[in-house]
Amino acid sequence: MSVMTHHDLLIPGTYMFDGKAAMKGYALNKMCYSFNEAKNRDEFLKDEDAYCRKYGLTDEQREAIRERNVLALIHAGGCIYYLAKFAGIFHLTVQDVGAQQTGMSVEEFKKMLKAQGD
Amino acid sequence: MARVVGGLTTSHIPAIGNAVPKEKELVNDPYWKEFFAAYPPARAWVQKVKPDVAVVIYNDHGLNFFLDKMPTFAIGAAAEYRNADEGWGIPTIPPFKGDPELSWHIIESLVEDEFDITTCQEMLVDHGFTVPMSLFWPNNSYGGVKTIPVCINTVQHPLPSPLRCFKLGQAIGRAIESYPKDLKVVVLGTGGLSHQLDGERAGFINKKFDLMCLDKIVNEPEALTKYSIPELVLEAGAQGAEFILWLAMRGVLHNKVTKIHSSYHVAISNTATGLLVLENAA
Repeated sequence: MSVMTHHDLLIPGTYMFDGKAAMKGYALNKMCYSFNEAKNRDEFLKDEDAYCRKYGLTDEQREAIRERNVLALIHAGGCIYYLAKFAGIFHLTVQDVGAQQTGMSVEEFKKMLKAQGD
Repeated sequence: MARVVGGLTTSHIPAIGNAVPKEKELVNDPYWKEFFAAYPPARAWVQKVKPDVAVVIYNDHGLNFFLDKMPTFAIGAAAEYRNADEGWGIPTIPPFKGDPELSWHIIESLVEDEFDITTCQEMLVDHGFTVPMSLFWPNNSYGGVKTIPVCINTVQHPLPSPLRCFKLGQAIGRAIESYPKDLKVVVLGTGGLSHQLDGERAGFINKKFDLMCLDKIVNEPEALTKYSIPELVLEAGAQGAEFILWLAMRGVLHNKVTKIHSSYHVAISNTATGLLVLENAA
């Protein structure tokens, strides 16, 4: 019997946060983890790019942070649980983040959620 | 001897944590009405059985654990547990009492049983733990119950399989019921049901699969332990894999249980919410 790894099961639009992603996104996720503390959120807001450099983010990751682009952050190794702390700084809800990733308006995204209960 | 009186499961969505302090107003709000209406029967059961201890099986979402050290199974052994704002502002609520003596009994029994868990004498608990406690003990009335957090990794794959989590639950059940003190223990399994926060598939919900799980977990939980994690992600969404926490809860209970109450509602935030109250057969 062959062992199916997470990369073998391709679910469209789904990114398994596995060892490969965890290595790629380590610095980015570490920065987002630091946002658990208010003083770090304040420091980030004072000079976002300096804070990103302090954590050693790549150019790709820094650009995605600048653009608040959640999909690009995921492609760059971000894990949604840590990214949620980044999104929280800008008071983005999970519906805002869902709408952004699916290319819908927030209203359309909310309607889509509700319709799945019918 | 200690006795497992039953199990409670509920979704633990952060938005609920923000809504709970305003429940009195929100019971008439069109968005929240149906959600909150499901909880009084569960609270009535908690009031009736008056558990001494709650073992809370949940997942940390990046408050206590980071990727530097990511335990698959971790258990609290502290006298007190606190929460924090998690970076996006969930209310901080009064601390939860621990029961270090029972924690260490469970730890010793689990390792004896070949579950090599991580032990934590300091542990912040996040919304996966606090939201269910606030729902079942409204107005933060959990002061009379001691808690034991059991954290299962759902952040970084590979996650433990549904079968492994069910077996962990069974081992926790054996541990509790070999504890010499006369205690009533309730076990919570939190999270789920279907939802996905990340990727272009964000917003995915699978009502048919959820209702099947809500039904089968009562009398045929073994059938649900046959899923692999990738299959669970396919059917329930990336974060719907939290169903492993429900299966761990079910493992703690006896084979025969009585369903006291259940509810299902789409959607709060991005999540199909599920609620289940099971009583252990005597």
